[in-house]
Amino acid sequence: MNSNEHISWFADIGLQDRPTVGGKGGSLGELTRAGIAVPPGFVVRTAAFETFLAALEARAPVRARVESLAHDDLQAITELSNEMRERVEKEPLPAAVEQDLIASYAALCADSPDSPVAIRSSATTEDAEDASFAGLQDTYLWVLGAADAVKYVRSCWASLYSVPSMAYRRKHGLPEEGVAMAVVVQRMVDAHCAGVMFTRSPLTGDKSVITIEGAWGLGSSVVGGEVTPDRFVVGKITGEITVRDISEKLVEHKPAAGGGVVDLPVEGDRRTAPCLSDDELQRLREIGRKVEKHYGRPQDIEWAIDQSGNVMLLQSRPETVWSAKAAAPVAKPTDNPLSHVMNIFGGRR
Amino acid sequence: MEQTSARSEIPVAASVASTQTAEEKKFPLPSSLGVVPGTEGAQQAYPYYMQFTPDDDERFWFYNSMHFPEPMSVFDMVTAEAAYCALGAANTRVHCLPTTKGIDYRIINGRVYIGGVAVTDPAEVAERTREFQARAFYYYEHWERLYEQWKRKMRELIGQAQALPKPHLPDYEPLENVHMGRGIASNQTLLVTYQKTLEGYFQMWHHHFEFLLLGYGAYLTFFDFCKKAFPEIADQTIAQMVAGIEAEIFRPDEELKRLAQCAVDLKVDDVFRDGIKAEDVLATLATRGAEGKAWLDELETSRDPWFNVNVGDGFYHYHRAWNDDLTIPFSALPGYIAKVKAGVNLERPTEQLMEERKQLIEDYRELLDTDEERAAYDQMIHLAHRVFPYVEGHKFYCEHWYTNLFFNKIREFGELLAQNGFFADAEDVFNLSHYEVEAAIIDLMHSWSSGSPPRGTQRFSALVKERKAALAEWAKHETAPALGPVPDVIDDPSIVMLWGITRESLNAWLNSGDEVDSNEIRGFAASRGVVEGPARVVKSVDEIARLQQGDILVCQVTNPTWAPIFQKISAAVSDIGGSMSHAAIVAREYGLPAVVGTGTATHKIKDGQRIRVDGGRGIVTLLD
Repeated sequence: MNSNEHISWFADIGLQDRPTVGGKGGSLGELTRAGIAVPPGFVVRTAAFETFLAALEARAPVRARVESLAHDDLQAITELSNEMRERVEKEPLPAAVEQDLIASYAALCADSPDSPVAIRSSATTEDAEDASFAGLQDTYLWVLGAADAVKYVRSCWASLYSVPSMAYRRKHGLPEEGVAMAVVVQRMVDAHCAGVMFTRSPLTGDKSVITIEGAWGLGSSVVGGEVTPDRFVVGKITGEITVRDISEKLVEHKPAAGGGVVDLPVEGDRRTAPCLSDDELQRLREIGRKVEKHYGRPQDIEWAIDQSGNVMLLQSRPETVWSAKAAAPVAKPTDNPLSHVMNIFGGRR
Repeated sequence: MEQTSARSEIPVAASVASTQTAEEKKFPLPSSLGVVPGTEGAQQAYPYYMQFTPDDDERFWFYNSMHFPEPMSVFDMVTAEAAYCALGAANTRVHCLPTTKGIDYRIINGRVYIGGVAVTDPAEVAERTREFQARAFYYYEHWERLYEQWKRKMRELIGQAQALPKPHLPDYEPLENVHMGRGIASNQTLLVTYQKTLEGYFQMWHHHFEFLLLGYGAYLTFFDFCKKAFPEIADQTIAQMVAGIEAEIFRPDEELKRLAQCAVDLKVDDVFRDGIKAEDVLATLATRGAEGKAWLDELETSRDPWFNVNVGDGFYHYHRAWNDDLTIPFSALPGYIAKVKAGVNLERPTEQLMEERKQLIEDYRELLDTDEERAAYDQMIHLAHRVFPYVEGHKFYCEHWYTNLFFNKIREFGELLAQNGFFADAEDVFNLSHYEVEAAIIDLMHSWSSGSPPRGTQRFSALVKERKAALAEWAKHETAPALGPVPDVIDDPSIVMLWGITRESLNAWLNSGDEVDSNEIRGFAASRGVVEGPARVVKSVDEIARLQQGDILVCQVTNPTWAPIFQKISAAVSDIGGSMSHAAIVAREYGLPAVVGTGTATHKIKDGQRIRVDGGRGIVTLLD
């Protein structure tokens, strides 16, 4: 099935499409096109949301009411949030949108109609990547069947009208006109283990190492901070594994029978066994390098390894903490290259 | 010479107040370090200028276990004497390092302690900086030419040492000497030969230090940059970026591989079996016709000069060269031959190594933040590459080739003195100081001339006996890693460069007692990889033969000339050494995990104990 007004397949989009497919969608498209293994999927574009919102506005105002809120009137915000969420849940999807979504879903899961998918909100503005704006509740894991897919796409849209989300927009005086949301629908990996990877050291900012954190099962346990993950530091260029901090992993997130995710206790030796082999660490390193090279800057990556041992990326965004620091150059070239030795011999150490 | 160093000027109270541990833990003072009872006479054998005196308590000293890991016999102290005279001259007077002068040394219980002499007066530092730049920078600018010239000088010096006659006293002066009217008799030649032997050795050490500090300094400049730009980079990675690909230090081992290939090609490989003696191999090959002879010819080609490598670091008379004792090289041959026959290509893939080094440098370069940093990086690594051939190459000429010639010549004098009753065995000569050897030679000269027996036979026999007993006794006693007040910082570039000593390593020494309950020993990560196996604690070169296939070598100082041993062992651990030591380079070359500079491995690890070596992290774990 081809991309259209409402739907964009990953292979057809890139970072430049952020305004219409959101940051997450654009990044997944960019990775797909760069030849990085990403679970296949598509984005429900902001146009779909706009169509939906237009239908909603036709019944009663939406944006004007949000804009009239005072940012510190928590009670009014809460009341409007409850009202808006109810309206979003009740409003049927415009026929054309629903048709495109269901057809794309069917194409995505053509080989196996029971395939689980993840439904993830994909916001369009820089600010939207702030954790205070787009929280974890905007991702729905292990969604089964077209009906649930439609339901959770709507839930992602509704999350734009959550209390924290509206309060944030009001606090920063953001116009509602530009507020839109794309939604990622993506095949889901039954992760054997999963986690995050920084292509530099979070401790020293060193760009010559890659820090990898992981735990058993789905990566939501690591991202959500429910498990202390195993931590590895690998030389970006040398591949040398310099740190192996193996933690006690008490729980893992696994798919629930009827959809969604459950916490399961980790038993026995698996608790203290490393969740990644050296070979897997090296494959992650190679992928991390490739992604960083593609973007030209250090990355903060979410990854998963499926039951067959395939490494997949679920997200990649630029590392922000160290990149924001203006570091003085370690050294500058000198007219006489020999004068560098005075750093050692000159007693200025 | 300036009496005080930066450290002695720091009031003890101030440095104690700076850290809690400094107050609780201090190094002993030199004056508190007694001579082992019963060895007082032997201690007095060392010249007065090597003895500790009370004012030495004011200064910081550390045990130079890197170069002198075993108690030093009286004669062998000539190495400390010659080396520190030359090092000090280069630092203090020739290149004028701005912040440091030479190295002072003392000996007690056979252990050599050394201390730096820092320059702290800003005006003096400024003056020395100007001098340094006029001198050292000239060397850097003309490095290649001067280094080529250096190699010629060393070859010449080696040639002179080789030309010295074997000391010999004929019953009658040879008739031809009389007929040519030489006028100078053989006993005079004896003294001249001895003095030239000594003179040559002192001279060699001047050559040794002609480039050394400048070479290390340029390397360390790049090293420092990398550590700042990439705080988590492994030392060994930086060493790999700079290491030479075809350094002399690899050649002896390369020659063995070549000889293994020759043995297979000539179909005489059956002669080389595990455990067979070198002389038996040679005798058998002599009976194997043209092929046997062809291999023996190849051996001769390799021996001169590449078997002039000794099994230690060249600081002890008993570190014999491969040429003098074929045990080590021949014990490696069966293993290499087996690999050749299994189709393994033993040749070092130099082009590939070169390509890998280039890629490594390029990859790190790319990670730098700005073009400005890249330009500085290029300048620094360019200089490091220019100087490094000397850093890697000089040892073969100095510590190995020349030192072997020197000790062998002294050994010849030992033989002559033993024949004349001064002591029982030629090796006993190494229990006399070089002054005493000269005295014995003059005694012998006179005895030969007068026809009377030498005067010193009983005297020297007794001294040798006393000193041998003392050496054996001293070897049983541990010695403190450092003495005197702890300096706040170690910024003496020569100490940091040559011994790898930093304030952090001093703290580790001070706290080493805290590790009693721990089963971990930490050191420098020298070569990556993790291996578990039985430890073989080798405290002296003589014990190398005990190593079994798969053992983990635990020693005081790993040595590159043990390279052939590295095909047998599974990992290496040493008390002393940094990531740029040759030991680390050879370990990387063989792909073996290595942890160096642990300070205490040979004391804490028991022979036969199972240990885990994590060479990437610099950690040794005791498993039982």
